[in-house]
Amino acid sequence: MIELKVNGHSHNVSAEPETPLLYVLRDDLQLNAAKFGCGLGQCGSCTVLVDGAPTLSCVTPIMLLEGRQITTLEGLGSLEDPGPMQRAFIEEQAAQCGYCIPGMMMRAQALLQRNPRASDAEIRANLEPNLCRCGTHMRILRAVRRAATLIAGPGSSPGTPGTHAASAAGPQLDTSDTDNDAQGDARSRPAHSEKRERPER
Amino acid sequence: MKTFVTRRIVIRLLWVVGFGVAGFVVYAWQSAIPPADPPSADSFDADTLRRGAQLAALGDCATCHTAPGGETFAGGRPVPTPFGTIYSTNITPDLTTGIGRWSRAAFERAMREGVDREGAHLYPAFPYDHFTLLNDADSAALYAFMMTRQPVEARPPENHLPFPLNMRFILAGWKLLFFRQGPYQPDAKQDGQWNRGAYLANGIGHCGACHTPRNSLGAEIRTRHFAGGEAEGWYAYAINSDSQSYEAWNADALHTFLRNGWHEQHGDAHGPMAPVSQNLASAADSDVQAIAAYVASVMGKPVPRQHDNAAADPPSNDTGAALYATSCASCHDGTRPLPFGGVKLTLSTAATGETPTNLIKVILDGLHPPEGPAGAIMPGFSGTLTDGQLESLVSYVRANFGARPPWTGVESSVREARSRGGD
Repeated sequence: MIELKVNGHSHNVSAEPETPLLYVLRDDLQLNAAKFGCGLGQCGSCTVLVDGAPTLSCVTPIMLLEGRQITTLEGLGSLEDPGPMQRAFIEEQAAQCGYCIPGMMMRAQALLQRNPRASDAEIRANLEPNLCRCGTHMRILRAVRRAATLIAGPGSSPGTPGTHAASAAGPQLDTSDTDNDAQGDARSRPAHSEKRERPER
Repeated sequence: MKTFVTRRIVIRLLWVVGFGVAGFVVYAWQSAIPPADPPSADSFDADTLRRGAQLAALGDCATCHTAPGGETFAGGRPVPTPFGTIYSTNITPDLTTGIGRWSRAAFERAMREGVDREGAHLYPAFPYDHFTLLNDADSAALYAFMMTRQPVEARPPENHLPFPLNMRFILAGWKLLFFRQGPYQPDAKQDGQWNRGAYLANGIGHCGACHTPRNSLGAEIRTRHFAGGEAEGWYAYAINSDSQSYEAWNADALHTFLRNGWHEQHGDAHGPMAPVSQNLASAADSDVQAIAAYVASVMGKPVPRQHDNAAADPPSNDTGAALYATSCASCHDGTRPLPFGGVKLTLSTAATGETPTNLIKVILDGLHPPEGPAGAIMPGFSGTLTDGQLESLVSYVRANFGARPPWTGVESSVREARSRGGD
């Protein structure tokens, strides 16, 4: 038996110690937000937080996680009461097929917990390990910037992180917009994989 | 009488010391070369500029002279050394913060003697001990290339070096001890390609800057050429007959690896070698072939690798085995070919090498794809593994794939890698 603390609740799990966390979350705990994408730690769709740090649950055996705080997307809010990160993704309609989105949200959540005023360049660099094949990258970036505003609360000037980020990293938004086909492999990065689209705010 | 004699000896000693100091000051003093108007772009022909671009790629210039996220060649990248942090300089032709006012003579003096235009000695983090081999034509081509880049106004931060290392004139003493100035001397016993390779690898390519061990004063140990050194927390593997690679290298394999950054029998270039291979992709192919031929000859005839594993029956290591099965095997025992699949760890010098440094560093930080092109990627595990678990995994990989006796000092290597943090 291994005791796992997930989203603030303790669970005694009878799975073998080398079982990947992802399997336990989905099969034993019915927490299905984290997705099985590649199973190789290459795509990011299984990202959860361990003690606040983004972690690829498909290559992380539960034997490493006793006593540690695991957070999945279910821990950020519910359908009825979505958290700021989830609200931002809904408001920006950032999902196409949606498969990568839970991983994107978790990695973005880790970033904003650490650095609530992350610049656009920092958001891009941070989301680099997470892949999206549909191509909603620009909406994902907008959603993360919106989430930063929502987390900062009503007192903050609307769009502050986004505006700040867009101006600070403006030239970077304008470059490398032709890499999509050249980088057909799964390693192409979110920031480089969609035609340019100006932030609206 | 006795005090008189003592006084005379002291006075003589003072004279000797005084002359010594004066002599050293004269020796260390270098005059400034007057600022020049920058040459116009059309004063260089296209062939010279092309050659200059190839040399800049061979020299990996952009890697050190570009700050993370900064403009190419505008400097400001921190270069960690055992003595302190040195910041690379701006080598764009900006008139105030770059080398825009440098004449060709000033450029060549920096490359060949390690002295800047104003006469200050340069730290050997700038590998003029290699660049001194450059011939006139290549030096002119590189100057032409650098002087036709986009000027960028950027001043690097001040170096962080303790007294007295922050006094540049003492570098004259370092040069007196360790620096041999002068162009490449061809070896008549070797053919043209070998000599070209040696000229490039030991000159502009400065392979030894990482792959040759250094002494306590930071100078390469000449008798241990290519015997393995250090670079930014990574171990730069031996590339002479001491090579620990499981499959012996040959010129073809080296050429493929240097040009593409990976080889199916040797894995992916990582750490500071990754940008080197990215740059070599745009160098002249014949130059990379020459470097490969030369390095292969330094490595010598392939010796069939002995399975000198003391433990044909590795010690049981349940933690290591379980971690390997869940976190590593899906790629490293998978069927996807390189560069996107993981290399079989029996072939990896990270497992067979002299030290656990690189294995630990790769497990902690993973591999990051290069900026732009597709490349190998591996997730890092620094956030989830405890030091003890990491040591178990490292020992398991060594015992089961390294085919060599266990490493000593895994614990201290883990501590050191943790204290350095990620890259």
